Order: sequence, then C-alpha cells, then structure tokens
Amino acid sequence: MSSSETGFDRFCWAAGSFLAVLYALTPIVWILSLSLKYPADLGDNRFWPQRITFEHYRTIFSDAQFPAALWNSLGIAFISTILAILIAMFAAYAVVRLKFAGRRLFMAFALSVAMFPPVSIIGPLFNIWRSIGLYDTWPGLILPYITLTLPLAIWTLAAFFREIPWDLEKAARVDGATRFQAFRMIIVPLAAPGVFSAAILVFIFAWNDFLFAISLTSTNQARTVPAAIAFFTGSSRFEQPTGSIAAAAVVVTVPLIILVLVFQRRIVAGLTAGAVKG
Amino acid sequence: MAEIRLDNVSKRFPDGTEAVKDISLTVADGEFFILLGPSGCGKSTLLNMIVGLDSISEGEIRVDGRLVNNLDPRERNMAMVFQSYAIYPHMSVQKNLAFPLKIAGMQQEEINRRVAKAADALELRELLKRMPRSLSGGQRQRVAMGRAMVREPDVFLLDEPLSNLDAKLRSQMRNEIASLQEQLKTTMIYVTHDQTEAITLGHRLAVLRRGKLQQVGTPRELYNDPANLFVAGFIGSPAMNFLPGRLEKGKLLLPGTREVIDLPKMKHDDADNKVIVGLRPEHLSIADDDASLLSATTTMVEWLGADAFVHFEMDFRDDDQSFALPKELDRRISKNGKIQGIVRLDPSYRIDRGDPLYLKPDTNNLHLFDPKNGESMMVELSCRGGSLCPPAEVYK
Repeated sequence: MSSSETGFDRFCWAAGSFLAVLYALTPIVWILSLSLKYPADLGDNRFWPQRITFEHYRTIFSDAQFPAALWNSLGIAFISTILAILIAMFAAYAVVRLKFAGRRLFMAFALSVAMFPPVSIIGPLFNIWRSIGLYDTWPGLILPYITLTLPLAIWTLAAFFREIPWDLEKAARVDGATRFQAFRMIIVPLAAPGVFSAAILVFIFAWNDFLFAISLTSTNQARTVPAAIAFFTGSSRFEQPTGSIAAAAVVVTVPLIILVLVFQRRIVAGLTAGAVKG
Repeated sequence: MAEIRLDNVSKRFPDGTEAVKDISLTVADGEFFILLGPSGCGKSTLLNMIVGLDSISEGEIRVDGRLVNNLDPRERNMAMVFQSYAIYPHMSVQKNLAFPLKIAGMQQEEINRRVAKAADALELRELLKRMPRSLSGGQRQRVAMGRAMVREPDVFLLDEPLSNLDAKLRSQMRNEIASLQEQLKTTMIYVTHDQTEAITLGHRLAVLRRGKLQQVGTPRELYNDPANLFVAGFIGSPAMNFLPGRLEKGKLLLPGTREVIDLPKMKHDDADNKVIVGLRPEHLSIADDDASLLSATTTMVEWLGADAFVHFEMDFRDDDQSFALPKELDRRISKNGKIQGIVRLDPSYRIDRGDPLYLKPDTNNLHLFDPKNGESMMVELSCRGGSLCPPAEVYK
C-alpha cells in the first residue's frame, strides 16, 4: 500500500473485500449452520443454530454408505489426479520442447476434448462400460476423469514449461545428465507451481463430479460422495435428509480446504508465474 | 586437454536453412580459440555441435582423434558456460556447483573438495549458501564458470559469457577468464560477436559469416592481413575505412586525390580496374606536404584523452553500386554522394567540426579488395614489415 492512499481509499478497499468474502462464504456458513442444527430446528428460519448438535455427523458416519463413498471419492480423485498430471507433464514437455509435426494440431485437438459436453457421451459410455465390465468400478470413473481433465492440465503445464529457459536443460545435459535426468531434476522442480495448480484443478474436477458418478456407478463399490449424497434418505419417508446432506457437504469440503491451504502459496505463485513473465 | 578437429562440418535445419557450411578447422590442445561473427553467423550452432546439443548434418568432429559425432553431450566431457548463465534457479550456489559431480556419481568428499577449490578460485566462498536470485550478474557469471570448472573437463566452451554484463564488469571478467585459462591450460572455445573481446582474449580467432568460415588466424594476422572485406571491416575499432579506388597503369587513384599513388612492382595493366581501398584510422595522417592529399571535411571529433578520433567526409560524385560492402558491416562506402571515414590523430591536434582536413594515407599499410567478391588482392603474408603490399596478380 502506498502512502498516498487516503483513508477513504482504504475504507473502500476494506468494504469491497468484505463484501466479496461475505458473498463467497455465506452459503458455506449456512450449510455449516444447517449441519449443526437439531432436526426439529431445521425449519426455524434462523441463520444461526439456537442449539448445537453433532447428530447429523454421527448419522452419516454410522451409515455404511457415506464412509464408503468418502473412500471412493478420495481414491478415485487422487489416482485420477496423479495419472492425469503424469501424462500431462510428458505431453506438455513434448509439445514445448520437441519439434514434431502436428504440435499445434495436437494442442487444438486436446482443447476440443475439453469443449465436448460430457452429457452427450454419458449414454454410450454407460452401455460400453457395462459390456466391458468397467461399470461401477474405480477405473470406470478414473478413465473419464483423466480424459476430460487432460486438456486443461496439458495447457496449464505447457504454459509453465514454456517459461522455463531451455538453456537450463541444455546446461544439465552438458553437465552430464540424461534427457530424463534433466527433466526430473531441473524442469519438474521449476515447473512445480504449475504442476500443483494443474493438480488442484484436476482434483477439484474429479472430486466434485456428479454426472459421471451418478451414471456410471450403482453401489458402494465405486459411488463417490456427490452421488452418494443424492441417495441419502431421511429417518422417515416424510422427512427431508437436509441435516445429513448439510453434514456430508461440510465433510467433503474439508479435504479441498486442507489441500488448497497447504499448497496455497505454491498455487498463487503458480497462477501468476504462468501468466506474467519475469 | 584435447585437440578438436572439425572436418567439413555442416549443419542443416529441418526447415532447410544451412546454419553452418563446410567448416574445417583445428583447435590445438590448450589453445584459447575464439569463434567470432555477427549474430546469426552460425557460431553458436557450431559450438552446440561441438558439445553435442545439436546434431551434425555433415562432416566429422574429432576430439583427440576420437570421432564424437554421435556421442551424447555427457560422453564428451566438455563443460559449457551459457550466455544466460543457465544457473539452476532452485538450487543454492553450492548445489549448482556440485550438480555435475553428483550426476557423475562422485564421492561426497571429492565433491566437497572440488566445489571448495572452484569456490576459492572464483571467490565464491561466501556465496555458497545463497540462492541464484540473490546474486548479481557478475556473481552469477562466476557460478556458471565454477560449475564448468569443477568437472575438470577436456574442453571449455563459452557462449558469449560476458554479453549480459556492464562494461566495467565485462573487462574485469575478461581478464579473469584469460588468467583462468592461463592457469588451467585447458582448451577453450569462446564464442563472441565482440571483436574487442575476441582480439584481446584469443590465441587464435575464426571469423564466421553466414555459416561460412572467413579466416582463421592470430589476432595480429587478422588485423594486419584480413582475407576479405568482411574480416577487414569486422576486426578493429574504430573500423577500417573503405574508399573506392581505381587501378590505372600500376597506379592507384583515390577520390579527391590529385596525385596518384605509385604501386611499385605493379604489373602494367591498361585495364581500368576498380578496387576497394582499406585504410585503418591509424594509417591516415595529416598531410604535411601537398602531395597525395585526400581533402575532406571534419564532421565530428571524439576526443578520448589518449587518442582523438576525427570523423570526416569526402565528396564522391558517382554513387557507384559496384562498391558494395558486406551487409553485416551495416554501412556503405558512400552515402548521399559522400564518403565517410575516421582518422586517428594525436590528441594535442586542434580541430573542430566543419574544419577542412587534408589527409595522407600510409601507403605501406593500405589494403586492396576486389569489389566483385570482396576478396583481398594482397599477396598473402608477404606484406608485413612495412613494404607496400602489391596486388596479388603481380606475381601471377
């Protein structure tokens, strides 16, 4: 902040920031509040709970469905992320560093995959998956997640690789490193912010996906949390499972928050480093 | 320690451009060898071919007789310093220096010993724990040198290592590199576009232009006996003056000269031969008699204390297109009917802009070039020692 800023400027900045944070956080706080209310108080039209209970959390974890779904979600999202980033790293490196025919075509083609509406392939995929035995399995979800996130990951990583001076790789090769050693010891560490940014984006996609999860799974074997929440039932048929849904929503947000907090500094560095040179 | 031999080496890129054309030269063991040329002349490509970063399209490169054409860079035991320094930004200075040794799988004690030795030689000891981003340009340059030194390679390759430094640091590092080479006695190939750097550092120079080798020789040889217009104009600062001239019956006529210059031992030829006359600024002097005058007008005086460089211009009526200089020299013999030139004078001499200037060429040190192909018309190596260098055809 420069010293020339007046008190009024500072007030506007503070007010603006406060509004933005309020706008983003209100729904989350609301869900948190819902998850802590007694079932009887759910319709009391109050923002803050009068009495606090962890009953809903106990309910979702005592049911076999939710822990299984949480495990599926974690496993599928992590495996998808790791595989997608690994493949994207090699692809992006090749596109940036190696001069082969059709590089531009490859990038354009990759982008077109990302523009494809997933809804349009769900039907055929459902049939194919059933006939080849991928229906309701982890690979059955990991595969489409990798496919749909790869373009984004490749484009993000290619932007980062482009910023790394090629001389560094040459220097490593002259210093005695093989091509792969140079890649692993010089290029990858320097592209780390990009790798983390891309990884977070892929993870969020896989973690939040509802469409594929609901269409390609049927049991606790592979059903992820977003799909599982849709199958929540109230304690009686006349009751909405609002509290349980709220509690589940809070629980699935936690890994994302942890992940983003841990890698926050790298991601911020990454998002700006990729865009602005120097 | 290694001798490097290039035999008819060429490089063609997939898009058809020929960056290096049929170059043959030998770099002797322990020699400080300079590849000199303007940007885009193929000198960096040639260096990359020697170190193995670029493939060789044609020809052979041998190190101590061993063919290295198809060897990976890491099998050539050469170290390179890049123009951008290429210091690994995520490693401390210590780790940067140790990197090539670690890759080679060396013992930790030996790594520490060698890193310490290089750090001492380059005064990097206090900086070992620092990260590259906190170093100044000169310090980064030293780290890059250190990383090349620790490996005790057969050959050092330096790709414009000083071009990112400011002038003062550049001359300081120039001296350091020279004394380093003196101590290590390792073969060193140094790429630069700066002729001052080249002639002050190199034992021998190779001048390149558009991928072709122009001339190889010691700085003195290139300065005194340039093989063609390009070398003549590229080596020396301020650059050589070029004047359009005519050979007539064994005599040389210069524009603005009333008198002809006698070229003794000249074959008497009635043909009206056009020549380009090259004269270094120090080989022109103020005329003290009325003979052999070049009458010019002073356009600018650069007074430097020890020297004074006086820029002048002369009228040259017919703007003849046949007197063309190589494009890379970025100048023309005559512009708007005027010939521009520079003369080095005694700094005590008083002269101002606009003053008339009567000059006398030192006929013992003039160079003649064929305007058709730019080749020197001087007889090779015969014209040192002050005697006038006659055109080559005299002896044919």
